[in-house]
Amino acid sequence: MRLGSPELALVVLALPFASFLAIGLIRPLRRSGRPAAAISIVAMAGALVGAALMSWQSIAVSRGLNPAVLWTWLPADGGPMASVGVWVDGMAMQMCVLVTLISLLVQIYSWAYLADEPPPSLGRYYAYQSLFAFSMLGLVLSPGFLQMFVFWELVGLCSYLLIGYWYDRPSAARAAVKAFWITKLGDLGFVAGIVMLWAATGTFDFFPLFSAAEIGALHVDRFPTIMFLIYLGAVGKSAQFPLHIWLPDAMEGPTPVSALIHAATMVTAGVYMVARAYPLFALVPPLLTLIAWVGAFTALLAATMACVEVDIKRVLAYSTVSQLGYMMAANGAGEPEAAFQHLLTHGVFKALLFLGAGIVIHHFHTNDVFRMGGLFLLRPWVGGSFLVGTLALAGVWPLPGFFSKEAVLAAVLNARLSVPFLMLIATSFLTAFYMFRVVFLAFFGHAHDHHEHPRPPIAMDAVCRALAVLTLALGARAALTMHHGDAPAWLPWISLAWAFAGIALAWAAYQAGFVDPARLAAALAPIDFLARRRYFLDALFGGTYRLVLLGFSRVVGWVDRYVVDGVLNALSAGTLHAGDRLRRLQSGRPQDYVYGVVLGVLLLLVWAQLTMPPASRSGHPRLEPGSRTPLQ
Amino acid sequence: MPLSAYLGLAALVFAIGLFGVLTRRNAVGILLGIELMLNAVNINLVAFSRFRADLGGLIFTLFTIAITVAEIAVGLAIVIVIFRVRRTIEADHLDLLRG
Repeated sequence: MRLGSPELALVVLALPFASFLAIGLIRPLRRSGRPAAAISIVAMAGALVGAALMSWQSIAVSRGLNPAVLWTWLPADGGPMASVGVWVDGMAMQMCVLVTLISLLVQIYSWAYLADEPPPSLGRYYAYQSLFAFSMLGLVLSPGFLQMFVFWELVGLCSYLLIGYWYDRPSAARAAVKAFWITKLGDLGFVAGIVMLWAATGTFDFFPLFSAAEIGALHVDRFPTIMFLIYLGAVGKSAQFPLHIWLPDAMEGPTPVSALIHAATMVTAGVYMVARAYPLFALVPPLLTLIAWVGAFTALLAATMACVEVDIKRVLAYSTVSQLGYMMAANGAGEPEAAFQHLLTHGVFKALLFLGAGIVIHHFHTNDVFRMGGLFLLRPWVGGSFLVGTLALAGVWPLPGFFSKEAVLAAVLNARLSVPFLMLIATSFLTAFYMFRVVFLAFFGHAHDHHEHPRPPIAMDAVCRALAVLTLALGARAALTMHHGDAPAWLPWISLAWAFAGIALAWAAYQAGFVDPARLAAALAPIDFLARRRYFLDALFGGTYRLVLLGFSRVVGWVDRYVVDGVLNALSAGTLHAGDRLRRLQSGRPQDYVYGVVLGVLLLLVWAQLTMPPASRSGHPRLEPGSRTPLQ
Repeated sequence: MPLSAYLGLAALVFAIGLFGVLTRRNAVGILLGIELMLNAVNINLVAFSRFRADLGGLIFTLFTIAITVAEIAVGLAIVIVIFRVRRTIEADHLDLLRG
C-alpha cells in the first residue's frame, strides 16, 4: 500500500504530537531527561523521513494525488462552519522539510548544549520542542485560516515557554512575557480579520477563497480592512516594524531555541501566511505597497541596530528581523515565490549562524563580541562553518543567500518600488558590515585569554558542519539551476559590490585598524545615538504601556476602591451603626418591655377611638342586672 | 348597681395591678400585680355574666382562677430558682437580655 501525500503529512504531524503526549503526560519519562530527549529526537527523525518521502513522492507523481484531507469541524445548520485537515502543496511540503530538518538538528544540538541541565528540566525542554514541531507543522499544513490561527497561537505559546525556559532568571521571564504580549497585539488583528472574512464569505478555507479570488468572484465589503487586519498578525509574528521589539529580547532563551524558533521557523510564519494567502492580498494593491514599504523599512532599521549591538545573539536577532523585512518586501512586491525561497535559504543559514554562535558562546562564556577573539585558529571547523553562514547572509556568490536575496531585490525593483529598493540595497551593505564585524571580532583578532578550553561536544560540532554542507549544497544547486529572471543584468553586480564594500569596511575598522570605529560612530552620530537606544521604540512601548494601560488600571482601581467598595462600606457601616443605636432599646429589664406593651395598647385604643365610626360606638344595648334573669 | 360600676372597679383594680407591675422592683411584687390584673379580668367576666345572664362567663372565671394558681406556682418557682442562682430578685438586676 502506498500512502498518498496527505496521509504521509498526517503521519508527519502525528509523530511529534505523540512524542509530546508521551513526554508531557508520562511523568517518570519527563523527569528522566535523556530518555525523553531520545524519544523526541527519534520522533523528529521519523517526521523528517516522512516529510522527505512526501516531497520525493510528489516530485515523482506530480499529478493525480488528492492534495488535501479535510474533516468537518464545528458542524452548523447550514453546512460546517470550519474544517480541519492538511493541505499539501509544493510550498507546504518544502516548509515541512525545512521545519522537520531544523527541528531535528536543533534537538540533536540541544542534547549536548543543555547537557548540564537537571533531567526534569531537560524533559520539559523536549516536551516543548515536540509540541513546537507539531504546532509548526500543523500551521504549515493548514487548509484554512481557522486551523492556521489555532496553530499560530500554539507556536506563540511554545515560543513563550521556550524563551522563558530559564524562568528563574527575571530577564528571561520578562522577555517571554514581552514576546507573548507584543505578538498578541498583532494576533488581535489576525483573529478579527479572519472572523470578519468568515462573516462576509462564510468560509475559513483557503481553497474556496482562493478560487473565488482568482476568478474575481470575491465581493466582500471592507475587504482592504480585513486583509490589513490579517496582515497585522504577520506584523507581530514576523517582527515587522513597529512590533519587532520582542525578537531581540527573545534571545534570553537557550541558543538552540533561538535558532529554531526565532530564526528559522516560527518568526517566518507571518511571511509564510502572507505568501500562502497571497491570492487574497493581491486583490488589495495599496496594502501590498504598504507591506513592501514596512518590510524594507524594517530591514534597514534592524540592520542599523545590529551594527551597534555587542551581544552576538542580539546581532543575529536583528539580522533576522532585517531578513524578515526582505521577505515581507518581496511579498509586498508581488513575488511570494521569492519571499518563500528567501525564507527557506534563510532558515538554513540562520540556524547555522545561531548554532555556531552557540558554540562560540560555549567557548568564551560570554555573549559580548568585544571580549572574544582568535577562535578561528583554535577551531577552524567552527570558524569555517560560521563563515559559510555569514557569507550566505551577506549575499556573496555562490551561496544560497545571494540568489534568494537577488530574487527579492529584483522583485522589488520590478514592482517599481524605488525607495524600498534603495533601502534594501543599503541594508545589504549594512548586513555584510555587521556580520563581518562579528566575524572579525570573534574569530580573528587576538585572543583575550589563553586558558585551555575543552573542545565543543561532538553533537554540536557535527550539526554545524551538516548545516554548513547543506548551505553549500543549496548554493551549488541554485548556482547550477539559476535562471535569469527579468532582473536587469547590473543588479547582481551592484549588490555584490555593496556586500564587498561592507566586508571591506568591517575589515578596515575591526581587523586592519585603518578606520577607527569610534570615529566612524562619531561621523554618523545621530544614527549611532538612536540605534544604540533602539530608536526609543522600546521606551515608547513601555511608556505607552505605563501611561495608557497602567493609567487606565489606576482609574479602574480607584473606582473599584472608592466607588464600588465605598457604596458597600457605607451600607455595612450604616447597618452596623443603626444596629448599635437600636441595640440600646433592648434594656433587658422586663418592666421596660411592659411599658412598651402598655404604650402600644394605649396607642391602639386611641387609634381605634379616632377611626371607628360613631354609630357602632353607641350601638350597644344598655344592659340592666337581671333583665333576662336566667339565674333565678 | 349598674354594669359600669363593676367595670369601673375592674378597671381600677387592673390599673392598680399594672402600676404594681411597672413600679415594683421586687419580682414577687410584680407577680402580685399580675395577680391583681388577672382578677380585674375576673371581675369583668363575672359582671358580664351576671348582666347578660350567661353562665359562660362564670365557668370561664373558674378556669381563669385555676390557671392563675398554676401560673403563680410556676412564677414563684422561677423566682426561687432565680434567687438561688443570682442571689437577687430585684427586676432591675435581671437584665441578661440587655442588647
